[in-house]
Amino acid sequence: MKHRMLYLLLASAMILSLALSGCGGKKSAGPLTFVLVPKNLGNPYFDTANNGAQEAAKELGVTVTYQGPAAADATQQIQLINSLIAQKVSGLAISADDADALVPVGKDAIKAGIPVVSFDSAIGKEGRVLHINQAELQGIGAIQIKMALELTGADGGKIAILSATSTAPNQNAWIAVMKEELKKPEYAKLELVDVVYGDDDDTKSYNEAQALFKKYPDLKVIIAPTTVGIAASARAVTDAGLIGKVFVTGLGTPNQMREYVKNGASPQFALWNPGDLGYLSIYVLNALATGQIKGVAGEKFTAGRLGEYTIKEDADLGVNVLLGEPFVYNAANIDQFNW
Amino acid sequence: MTLLPSPDIESSSKSLLNATAPRRTFLARFQRWEWMLVGLIIVVVALNSALSPYFLDAQNLSRTSSDFMEMGLMMLPMVFIIVTGGIDLSVASNLGMCASFMGWLFMAGVNIWVAALAALALGALAGFLNGTLVARMKLPPLVVTLGTYAFYRGVAYVLLGDQAARDYPEAFTYIGQGKLFGTLIPFSVALFGVLAILFGLVLHKTTFGRYLFAIGNNENASVYSGVPVARIKVIIFTISGFMAALAGLVLAARFGSTRPDIGNGLELSVITAAVLGGVDINGGAGTMTGAVLSLFLIGLLRFGMGLLNIQGQVQGIVIGLLLILSILLPNIARTFSGKGRKLRRQSVWAMVAFVVVLAAFVAFFFWSRAAVLIQ
Repeated sequence: MKHRMLYLLLASAMILSLALSGCGGKKSAGPLTFVLVPKNLGNPYFDTANNGAQEAAKELGVTVTYQGPAAADATQQIQLINSLIAQKVSGLAISADDADALVPVGKDAIKAGIPVVSFDSAIGKEGRVLHINQAELQGIGAIQIKMALELTGADGGKIAILSATSTAPNQNAWIAVMKEELKKPEYAKLELVDVVYGDDDDTKSYNEAQALFKKYPDLKVIIAPTTVGIAASARAVTDAGLIGKVFVTGLGTPNQMREYVKNGASPQFALWNPGDLGYLSIYVLNALATGQIKGVAGEKFTAGRLGEYTIKEDADLGVNVLLGEPFVYNAANIDQFNW
Repeated sequence: MTLLPSPDIESSSKSLLNATAPRRTFLARFQRWEWMLVGLIIVVVALNSALSPYFLDAQNLSRTSSDFMEMGLMMLPMVFIIVTGGIDLSVASNLGMCASFMGWLFMAGVNIWVAALAALALGALAGFLNGTLVARMKLPPLVVTLGTYAFYRGVAYVLLGDQAARDYPEAFTYIGQGKLFGTLIPFSVALFGVLAILFGLVLHKTTFGRYLFAIGNNENASVYSGVPVARIKVIIFTISGFMAALAGLVLAARFGSTRPDIGNGLELSVITAAVLGGVDINGGAGTMTGAVLSLFLIGLLRFGMGLLNIQGQVQGIVIGLLLILSILLPNIARTFSGKGRKLRRQSVWAMVAFVVVLAAFVAFFFWSRAAVLIQ
């Protein structure tokens, strides 16, 4: 008997300490509580999205908490979402670890009266009300040609594309859009001389960039629609001492490109802004939770500083909202981002 | 007890004495451990219901219980294996391989039930392979199953690549998502309940079960006593493989889809549940009741912490500490109860470690909550 008492005492002490620390975390009971669920915690990309979400929360006077699984794993994410459904939160914005596996739990949430939207990585159509789409093909392709012209100046010049693998479907789709864009009269002075493939391998991309310098001595711009290729090309330009003669642009991430934006090898590049993505997600959830919108195509709503949005529906993504034009990162704004 | 000449006769006779002679105290000790688990469950339930209005809600408990059933299904045969002193690290990979195999067949146009049966057969076969390598080739189970852990997961990726198998028929997803007619009890929980009773009966009420304990207590003595050790090992690993496949079906049905990374990392949760349930990792001791209770304890603890919005990483730390404490506590209790009389240096260190761990645990909690509080 003595032992048992002791066991229980020790156990209660342990659990009590747990519970006490848990007590401090009880949420203030705001009118609406939304939860932003990233793929996993400790990921700067999603931390940036959370910053945007908190900004929206302040403007709307709602509470937004940020909770994700320890690892990017669907089983853990589902367990978390189950506990959020149990708490009857007012809405969920989820970046899915597995588009299909999250459908049943998403349906459960919607059945329980909790609006679910996905951002960054979509949940299958039936498991969410709508998806916040960060970028679309057309916009991503178009912005890169626009940036290239801004870098060459009105005189235009020779440009080349450094892609990932020749079979990557998204790369090829973007390149097709870029070629279409180049046919427009405003881009008449841009001449696409080559498309090369760095296979998303740092060394190979670097070598391909160097080969381009040799082959086209008067090359003005390299467009790399891949985060590996753009950084490798910018490094190649820096190493070859070609800063100011050859510019690199394309799709990249701020932390990786910061030094090349500052040294002039890559004065500007594009990608969506995860902060805006988080901001818009909360505005959409708020509109859904307050009944402003129901989540069907054609409805309009306003999302704070981002302006007015119209809900769309297409075959691929189902019901969705497009964040907008890709975000251009340059020397003026890059230090605001850390991801 | 027959004692035949054997090179390590002395050591084996010694451990035989320890293991079987004082049978009553042996049993009593583990009965106490189960009461300890019951006590912990009561504490967890009481505290959680006090802290969160959503804890004692049938709908919520029903929804969260199915989160742990795949783990439970794999834990049942794991208890068998650990009782014999072995381990099976490949269960979650086997789950992934079988679920992927089923998905692959289904996407190729095979009827879902045929595909499911094929997956169960594949799981049993994979378990049989583990068992054969361990029992017939006399390889250590840790190494064998570490190898197949990587191998089976690799096969899953070969089968599905970056694709997902989806659109399973509703009759099939019932296994993972459905509830028993007219109740809130998920089908998977009922399935687990029935199998847990079955496994418990086999472990504690049959000769086969007693052989498992005998092997865990002293394998050499068991061999010389005429226990078919090799065959028994093959059988339990095969059962483990079959149950992993079954868990794979349940998980795939719950997800309504399969990706090759399905169930990644579950093996450690499975082993944790068994060991926390009082199953001796060195073999020879443990009860099915303890293992099932510890599964409930882990489930309720995780669910409760989830309701309090305690981060996933911290939940892992709590479960890990609970596991360490579950091993430390009996030692400390024995020291205090006077059985150990003299405070040996070892017990002092154990206590120091306990206090340090507890302090670190509390400190970490407050530290980790700080971010949320500020927010």
